[in-house]
Amino acid sequence: MSRHVVCPAAELPPGARKVVVVDGREIGVFNVEGRLHALLNRCPHGGAAICSGVVTGLSQSSGPGDYRLERRGEFLRCPWHGWEFDMATGQSWCDPRRTKVRSFEVKLEAGSDLVMGPYVAERYPVTVEDAYVVVDF
Amino acid sequence: MNAPFVEQKARQTFAVVDCDIHPAHRTPGELLPYLEPRWREHYETHGVHVRQALQSGLMYPRMMAAGMRADSLPEKGGPAGSDLDLLRKQHLDPVNVEFGLLMALSKGGMEERNPGLAAALSRATNDWQIDRWVREEPRLRAGIVVPQEFPEAAVAEIERCAGDRRYVQIMLSSRPSDPLGHRRYWPIYEAAERAGLPIGLHPVGYNGGHPSTGSGWPTFYLQEHYVFVACMEALASSLIIEGVFERFPKLKVVLVEGGFGWAPALAWRMDKHFDKFRKEVAHLKRRPSEYLREHIWWTTQPIEEPAQARHIVEIIDWIGWDRLLYSSDYPHWDYDNPSFAFKFPMTEQQRRMIFRDNALALYRLA
Repeated sequence: MSRHVVCPAAELPPGARKVVVVDGREIGVFNVEGRLHALLNRCPHGGAAICSGVVTGLSQSSGPGDYRLERRGEFLRCPWHGWEFDMATGQSWCDPRRTKVRSFEVKLEAGSDLVMGPYVAERYPVTVEDAYVVVDF
Repeated sequence: MNAPFVEQKARQTFAVVDCDIHPAHRTPGELLPYLEPRWREHYETHGVHVRQALQSGLMYPRMMAAGMRADSLPEKGGPAGSDLDLLRKQHLDPVNVEFGLLMALSKGGMEERNPGLAAALSRATNDWQIDRWVREEPRLRAGIVVPQEFPEAAVAEIERCAGDRRYVQIMLSSRPSDPLGHRRYWPIYEAAERAGLPIGLHPVGYNGGHPSTGSGWPTFYLQEHYVFVACMEALASSLIIEGVFERFPKLKVVLVEGGFGWAPALAWRMDKHFDKFRKEVAHLKRRPSEYLREHIWWTTQPIEEPAQARHIVEIIDWIGWDRLLYSSDYPHWDYDNPSFAFKFPMTEQQRRMIFRDNALALYRLA
């Protein structure tokens, strides 16, 4: 595991997303109402760049005539075939047993913490007082 | 809500032939310069009059971005499928497409009711395909759009285009006004045989005025999409049982985007009844399954995905590995990327056949 600084927190406000290349891998980082998610930018079903998909919820029903949209903002829908994935776990809603987008741990860290360790945020050396979005893998 | 598009890295190493790519008009008036003045005026004055039953809008709900890949909208504007550069960047280059066959669906004349306008739109669409796409991108090939409900005009258009090797097949809608085995369509098959071109059947939005399910309008897109299969079954059985392949022994038909998992069941059912009722169809000299296996090819997209992936192998064994052609359906929402879509085991030779060699041979691509 190593930590990778993605961007200052101000660049990823709630509702925003960013696709970045970390260590040769394309990773999409999402801020959904303050919750941070990081997913590999490839749909395990058909290979689409999944992180350009729509953030959505689950449509649930107890039977014909009933329709509810639940867990709003927790799912990412692939731009091609519409497979939906739980952003917190990467688990597919269509095929939860076998299909999963690789997900990564992501959190906010204070710049002052980052410069203390071996993982120096070289891109932002003068603004260490800010918070940064950091992906672990 | 969409993030900027991020390019996928090329990981397809082997070359493929893609038998289903949809080019779109950049603007609603893009065909106008290709229409003769008389029909341009007609088009501008009256518009098109397609064989649809409802007064406005599409007759079925759509999927994703109006039926398109949500990432396929060109940054420079215009609808999905209208930007050749994006087609290259998003599909032809990363997937290593050696040849891509165009299926021009929009306002082509296949479904137009006015015979003169249908012929003019077909002709314009065919010239537009060459001018805007094939001339600009040597990997692409056109399909001849014909006014299929007016076979005399369709034959004239086939004869105008045949001989130009940039056209590799004749396109027909899989939702015609009558089942395609009907004798009024036979001049088209005669012309196809004479030109040495396969017929490609592709679903279009409308249904010759008929409800798409055969028993009314579907409520959900899932139903609408599924009846692509029912249309293809009806047409395959019609072509076979009405004697088209008996009359035109060199005719080749490609069923595009209708699946193929159902093929054995249809053949078994037809054969079973044929043994009992052959007196009714004495014009058939062989069992229906023999015509099906000899005259019909199948494209892969959207590839069936059984829970046990290898179940599909038995079906392909029955159909024949030489009958299956890779197709992507770019830029539609159910696009199949060859690196990911095929989840069943195949030998290197089988892979080469499906992805390239079968199409090279059938369409005589070079």
